[in-house]
Amino acid sequence: MSWFRKLIPSRIRIEGRSKRNVPEGLWTKCPVCSALLYQAEVERNYDVCPKCAHHRRQPARRRLDHFLDREPRIEIGAALQPVDVLAFEGSKKYREQIAEKQQQTGESDALVAIRGRLKGVELVAAAFEYEFCGGSMGSVVGERFVRAADTAVHHRIPLLCFVSSGGARMQEGLFALMQMAKTSAALTRLRQHGLPYVSVLSDPTTGGVSASLAMLGDLNIAEPNALIGFTGPRVIEQTIKEKLPEGFQRSEFLLEHGAVDIIMDRREMRDRIASLLAMLTRQPAP
Amino acid sequence: MNRNLLDFEKPIAELEDKIEELRRVEAEPGLDIEEEVARLERKSRELTRSTFSKLSAWQIAQLARHPERPYTLDYLQRVFTDFEELHGDRSYADDPAVVGGLCRLEGRAVVVVGHQKGRSTKEKLDRRFGMPGPEGYRKALRLMRLGARFGLPVLTFIDTPGAYPGVGAEERGQSEAIARNLFEMATLATPIVCTVIGEGGSGGALAIGVGDRVMMLQYSTYSVISPEGCASILWRVPERAPEAAEAMAITSERLKQLALIDRVIEEPIGGAHRDADACARELKRVLLEELRALDAVDMTRMLESRYRRLMTMGRYRE
Repeated sequence: MSWFRKLIPSRIRIEGRSKRNVPEGLWTKCPVCSALLYQAEVERNYDVCPKCAHHRRQPARRRLDHFLDREPRIEIGAALQPVDVLAFEGSKKYREQIAEKQQQTGESDALVAIRGRLKGVELVAAAFEYEFCGGSMGSVVGERFVRAADTAVHHRIPLLCFVSSGGARMQEGLFALMQMAKTSAALTRLRQHGLPYVSVLSDPTTGGVSASLAMLGDLNIAEPNALIGFTGPRVIEQTIKEKLPEGFQRSEFLLEHGAVDIIMDRREMRDRIASLLAMLTRQPAP
Repeated sequence: MNRNLLDFEKPIAELEDKIEELRRVEAEPGLDIEEEVARLERKSRELTRSTFSKLSAWQIAQLARHPERPYTLDYLQRVFTDFEELHGDRSYADDPAVVGGLCRLEGRAVVVVGHQKGRSTKEKLDRRFGMPGPEGYRKALRLMRLGARFGLPVLTFIDTPGAYPGVGAEERGQSEAIARNLFEMATLATPIVCTVIGEGGSGGALAIGVGDRVMMLQYSTYSVISPEGCASILWRVPERAPEAAEAMAITSERLKQLALIDRVIEEPIGGAHRDADACARELKRVLLEELRALDAVDMTRMLESRYRRLMTMGRYRE
């Protein structure tokens, strides 16, 4: 403790310390640079820290809301609801887990898909909700993604997906694994119709989602410093019994190894992706 | 004598040892033990049947990983002729955890691709316990494309704990390699028949598992994560793997019920490792039958139903 702090009466010192426990929701601390930030300001800034540019995980709906034009917005597959087909019971019943996550996030499952416009250009955009069971892919996520792809094909417009997911949803067993094949197959339809698919990889993108729809973009765009890989770093460390190097499986590492096209700041995505899509669809600059 | 015995195989093995012993004694004159041998053989058959009629999911998982279970190369030897192994992904390396090549099935040229585990300790390490890196998946895709280019059906054999979890595999794009296979196999213009012959471990298995027909040997498993991995996540202890195996529905019987696979191929009593020749004969019969059925379908319709098959995967309410 500094000589100056010792001079302060103890009562005030304690107050000073408790002040760090900021009221939930109003203020927030950047987990990287520790800057104390006004929550609303961070949200306005696309959930990117205005001080150090750390990209936070972003709720799916807010992400799409920031990304798309105000009008029109037509949600795809909103009525789909997950079922507990295996009557799966871990530390908690899967059925109860679903109900809890639905209540917490306000989403029915871990993917939201919307047909809308980006700077006037029609497209289908989907986003993973990481807070819903770690953004894991089960039957509903797979089916919604397929319907998003089908909608894009039907209207002859591009598809874009913001990915943030731990992988396949264990509680749905092999049904979850098969969503990898299902979503990948759906993307062949876009290919056949010459429609672009853009995959935006954000923190984290691992497992079965990484090894399917996430890596199949005509463009794979990563957010800065996102964890992206097939096997999670913890499992690799256990296997090779070594500490992994700093930055392993981060966006910059993937760019260096040729797995992604671009690392892009979230705040620039509206402009830059609109421009890229316009070029891929041979349209004039937006 | 068989040294690799699972717990539930031991009582059966003991009976068999006893029969073996009696047979040796028989060689001595004046001893008639025919009847005793017959009685023990009956008992052994009954015990095998009763043990194997009520196997738990975990016991089946152990059978699927049995150290003496036939691997892809064992079936290649028994089911096919004229096998020429083809190596390499043409860009980085040859992955020994995946084998493949050209061969004949009852005279007809086909492409075979499969995971390959090792038998000896050295071979196990060389083949990384059947866990492929991106090179393995890219080799597999290269060979499957070769098949399509020359109008040859593709037969895949799945037997892996999963894709290899290593630094190099990640650096060279494990995710992309698996994803690419899923994407390409969905539209590859040649019949594809996939058979899980042992462990169907997660994305590493699925990466050669997209086809017109997906089958499983009776005592193989197919799962989204290993029972141990699932138990570690759920309860933080891998020891609860038996419960996880039950919960995830990983056996051929359950997966057939759930319509996630098309067909179960029966194994000899006691499992494939008890009689690899018999198992190979049945596998061959079924493969020929499936290929013949696919021959009758024209390519456009085949690809359409392959696609539809994938699209029906999933359960949800609406």
